[in-house]
This record gives sequence, structure tokens and C-alpha cells, in this order.
Amino acid sequence: MSDSAVNKSGKIFKVELPISVQDTLIKISSLFYFALRNIRELLKPPYEIKETLKQFYQIGYKSFSLIAVTGFIIGLTLTLQSIPTLNKFGASSLVPSMVALAIILEIGPVITALIFAGKIGSGIGAELGSMKVTEQIDAMEVSGCNPFKYLVVTRVTAATLMLPLLVILADMIALMGGYIAFSITESSSLKSYLLSSLTNIEMRDIIPATIKTFLFGFSIGVVGCFEGYNADRGTESVGIAANTAVVISSLLVILIDMLMVQVTSIIF
Amino acid sequence: MPGQKNTDSDNPILRITDLKKSFGNFTVLKDINLDVQKGETVVLLGKSGTGKSVILQCIIGLLYPTEGKIEVFGKEFISLPEKEKNLIRRRIGFLFQSGALYDSMTVRQNLEFPVIRQPDYENQNLEEKVEETLKNVSLLESIDKMPSELSGGMKKRIGLARTLMLDPEIILYDEPTTGLDPVTSNEISLLILDMQKKFNVTSLIVTHDMACAKLVSDRIVVLKEGTLAAEGSFDELKNSDDEFVKGFFEFE
Repeated sequence: MSDSAVNKSGKIFKVELPISVQDTLIKISSLFYFALRNIRELLKPPYEIKETLKQFYQIGYKSFSLIAVTGFIIGLTLTLQSIPTLNKFGASSLVPSMVALAIILEIGPVITALIFAGKIGSGIGAELGSMKVTEQIDAMEVSGCNPFKYLVVTRVTAATLMLPLLVILADMIALMGGYIAFSITESSSLKSYLLSSLTNIEMRDIIPATIKTFLFGFSIGVVGCFEGYNADRGTESVGIAANTAVVISSLLVILIDMLMVQVTSIIF
Repeated sequence: MPGQKNTDSDNPILRITDLKKSFGNFTVLKDINLDVQKGETVVLLGKSGTGKSVILQCIIGLLYPTEGKIEVFGKEFISLPEKEKNLIRRRIGFLFQSGALYDSMTVRQNLEFPVIRQPDYENQNLEEKVEETLKNVSLLESIDKMPSELSGGMKKRIGLARTLMLDPEIILYDEPTTGLDPVTSNEISLLILDMQKKFNVTSLIVTHDMACAKLVSDRIVVLKEGTLAAEGSFDELKNSDDEFVKGFFEFE
């Protein structure tokens, strides 16, 4: 790819981008087109309802135990590590509120999304990559079916809708973990712990934190499907698709999180 | 000889004109011209890596020709919108070298998959049709098995059965007997012949298996360095003076 431009003296000069930059730009534009195609195909009938429900189960339900254990441990450790520090300032009563804010606004969504990217992004990448390599996707296409609708739209929809639910569950379990850790050192009932946890949390905190989880889920689903759907021939490419899906979707989670914090701080 | 052939050479069911296909700087197909008549069985011979499968993939639209024209049923369907393209694609069966069965589905689900996704699908006698098609390939007992439980030959039979579910008028076979023992290869060849007799389909078969070519072909075309080097019946080519063509028949 080369771009021509005219400088101030009116002479035309050429800008030759390095191959790696060209490849990256092409990949980003392909990924963007893939995401747009997903939205377009989602709106067009017929709908693969049965397969979408199956993916809800595979992607959502089957991730629950992993997310729950992680959420519990994060709530527990975060509380245990916060207590000594806040005790020094005589502010241990602020622990529930601080932990809840940290979990609901940032740690819950981001950690859950990163685990989800590792489990679901790699799973989708490997599954579709394997189907591509064994010509199963081609077989769907040549029989006049729409493999994109059956394989991609269903998985992206499931990832987009399931991740927010998993984040809510992870947040709740993390708060329980936090309560257990807090009750070891401080005497507090569950009711008073939850009340003091949620005192400082408002809807303007919860709404942006929830909106970003939909974006996390969408990006993880799209990237996983994109890498698998475009895998090269050969078994090695299945591993590469799974690996790249995790790396790119994890990076996107962090980038979206950063952007959403900026955007929501302006809006809300 | 299999099927009834329409000899109207002005209206071939499949016409390839000046087909060229390149991958980057590497040109696989230089200039392919081929007409296939309705009901005819054409075998495509050639050394490995000469682009035989590429021709099939260009016909079905999995690959786009670099230059040239491919008309199926009188239409250059690759450039049509997706919906119209799929309506034509369903009239063309494609048997993949590996069978390409959906490995997370049973044999029954594999056969049902393309049918229930057609725009004009009506839920009538699907179960009967699946059973009847499996009987045609003599694998009714495998109806509820997973592809992982099937042998290589069985996978190809099921692949053919799945192709037949949409009642194709043309079937493209990509090396249907490769990787199979001689007995199973012969069974597959006989099955291809049987399908042609029963359904009068037009077939284009890519193969290295000369026994299969002898059994099923009406006409053989030989691909060499990206062009069609020779054309004729099995016996005509067997007696060819061309050293390259003779090479395929030496072990026959």
C-alpha cells in the first residue's frame, strides 16, 4: 500500500508503509468489517434460535463455576489486603464500601472479561479454526447455507448477552467473599455489611459498568469468531487462531475499559 | 454408460471459458476452457498440485477466478447476490476429499442440516428422505452415529448422502477415492455410477484413481501446467501418443 500526498511546495511524495503496519491495518479493517457483518446478519431473518440457545448454555452456563470461584477469591483477598491498610488510618469501617466500589466498577467486569476471553475466546477460535481446516465451513457454504449466521452470529450474540450476566454473578459472589473476609476480623452482620457496601454506589456507577460488559462480550465473541473463521489451512493454524483470539480480545477488553471510563465520566 | 446425456453443445450445463487463477505471483490455472453437457460424467486428471481442485472450487464459488468466466445452468452465478447465488449452489453438490462432515452432529443431523436451512423448506417427510438417502449409500444403520465413529469410506458415503439430500443436478467430486483401500475405492466408484444412473446427475470428478476413471467416465480431460492438455474417452487417451498422458495409464 502506498499513499501519495502533496507537500507545501507542490511536489508529490510517496509514503510507503512497512509491510507489518500494512498487515495490521488490513487486519483491523477486516475485523471491523466482520463485526459490522455480524450486526447486519443478526438483523436479517431467518434466525438460528436453537443454536443460539445452545451457545447460551455452552458459553454462559458452562463458564459459571470458573467465574464464581474467581469472583469469590477476588472479593476475599481484596478485603483481606485492604483491612490492615485502612486499619492504620482507623478507617476499617470503610472497607465494605471501598471493596464494593472496586469490584462493581472495575475489578469485577475486567477480571471476569479477561477470564471469559481466555476460556471462551480461545474455545471459539479453536472450534471455528478446526471447522475451517476440516472444510466444514466450506461444506456449509457450498450447500447454500449461511455459515456466518449459524456459527458467528450465534456465538457473538451469546457472548454479548452472557458476559454481563456472569459479571453480575461474579460481583455478587465477590461481595460474599468480601463479607467472609471482613467478618473474620470485624464483627458485622451480612445485612449491615451489604448496607455499608452499597451506600456509596449509585446508578450512575452501575450503568456504565454494565454497558461496558456488553462491549467486552461482543468484542471477545467477534475476535474469537474472526480468528477461527479466517484460520489458514493446517492444524497449526488452529492453535494460532485460539492463541491470537485470547491475546487480541484481552487487549481489547483493556482498551475498551479505558475508553469507556473516559466516555462515561463525560456523560454521567 | 451412465445417465442420459444432452448433446446440445451450445447449451452446456457447465461452461468454463478462459479461466485463469493465480495465488499472488503464482499462476495455477492459465487458460481453462471446458464444456460439460447435462448427464455427462467428466473426469479431470492431472498431477498433484496442478490445480484440479482449484477448478472445482472456482465452479462452486469457494474461490474467485482471476480471469475468465464460469457459467452454470447458463448463469455466471458467482457474481450474483448471496441469496440468488445460494439458490444455484443448492443445485450443485460438492463432495469434499475429507467428506467434511460436521463433527459435532450425528449422521442424521448432518443430512438434515442443509435441507432445513433452505428458504423453501417445508417440514414434510424429512425423516423419510434421510432414511431413503442413507439406504442409497447403504449406511442406514449409521443414522445415529457420530462422524468420529465412521471409517474413511463411510465418511465419504455419508458426505455423498448429504450432497444428495438437496437433489443436485451437478455433483463435483474432489478425489472421492483418495486414501481408501482398493476394495472401498471400488465400492465408492460403483456408488458414483449408481447415483448417476438413478438420478441422471452431471458429474465432474477430480481423481488420480484410474480404476475409478475407467468405471465412471464418459470423457476424461487431462490438466498439464495450468491448461487442458488432452481430452477424450478412457480408451482414446489410453492409446494416446503423448508421453504425459500415457504416464497416467501405465499402471492401469
